[in-house]
Amino acid sequence: MTETILTPEGHDAPHAFTRAQLDWLPWLEPLPEEGLTQAQMTALVDPARAKSAYFRLLLRDADALEARTRTDKDIFYNTDAGLPRAERELAAAAVSRFNGCIYCASVHARFAATYSKREADVERLLAEGVAADLGERWNAIVAASVAIAETPSRFGAEHIARLREAGLDDLAISDLIHAASFFNWANRLMLSLGEPALP
Amino acid sequence: MSDDVIDSLVGIAPGSALDTMRARRPVARSNSQRSCEVLLTPADPGDVLLAERWAVAAYVAGLHGEEATAAHYAAGLAQHAPALAGAVQAAIAETRTHGPYGSFPAGPLSAEDSEGPEARLSQTLAEALGPRLAAAFVHTHFLVFHPRDAAPERLRPLLDAGWTTTGIVTLSQLVSFLSYQIRVVAGLRALAAA
Repeated sequence: MTETILTPEGHDAPHAFTRAQLDWLPWLEPLPEEGLTQAQMTALVDPARAKSAYFRLLLRDADALEARTRTDKDIFYNTDAGLPRAERELAAAAVSRFNGCIYCASVHARFAATYSKREADVERLLAEGVAADLGERWNAIVAASVAIAETPSRFGAEHIARLREAGLDDLAISDLIHAASFFNWANRLMLSLGEPALP
Repeated sequence: MSDDVIDSLVGIAPGSALDTMRARRPVARSNSQRSCEVLLTPADPGDVLLAERWAVAAYVAGLHGEEATAAHYAAGLAQHAPALAGAVQAAIAETRTHGPYGSFPAGPLSAEDSEGPEARLSQTLAEALGPRLAAAFVHTHFLVFHPRDAAPERLRPLLDAGWTTTGIVTLSQLVSFLSYQIRVVAGLRALAAA
């Protein structure tokens, strides 16, 4: 009986944005952890992800998951210049805050705080939202991320000019475009296939 | 011009500044393209027909109003399912809006809730699309414009219309991937022009 909706019970749902470690509970049946094939393990990219219900649900379309994951890792982890990791994570957190993905925002707010050491600013983004005053460089990054996340996207010359003024070169702006765009992919999967839970 | 869809839609010429920048993120570049191929032209379409994939893609691209991408997926639809082209264009015209909107979990965030429409397809349009695509388009509209209205009950119409669990995962990946690809195209084109 896999063609059915799962209704997770007995947990507390978060009602606000948080940097706490959350669980994620699926609304559709993931593949079982036992008995994954070598091809499926390859599609997970990172073998530890076999523990995650989210990745085992996405593993139902293994090719799409593998390409998604490799795209994700290069956008966020490629260390060849461009936008510092902390600010790629800031873009991810800002888009998640704006779209309303409490789970995604929690993960990437933690990363943004870890890499930037600016816990108070990250906390302000979560508490106040994308209009929070985080200093001009971060304000420019958040404003650009929000413009990218709107449907239709509103990102344009004025955002690019402000980012350049704030010290971003074109490779950094390209990284920002990719990080913010990627979270429009990630947020939609996380939001629509399951729900966050307090541990 | 290459076979890479993002390069082609942005107009990135070999050796240009944007080509050089994209080459510094080679895995993201090749896997963005790979995502497009496995979702739109898979060797084994499995639980989601190619015609359904292109109909959804043309609908998503039309909703985003990014002209080059919309034209690309409309052309693909004309090739893979010409009989659906009119219905998809009508669905775009009937349900286009601005996002994101929707409700947060009840509590302190409720002050940030914002109202917006649910997709309502006319009877004529729903019949032209058929039950599977009609359910898929309503779900797609939610994913595109108000994903924070997510709820498990939203999956019920898809299952009732014959979508399998695996098919819903593929549909969700397709809409979500396009939400990324369309923004990268728009963003890089703005960067090239600035």
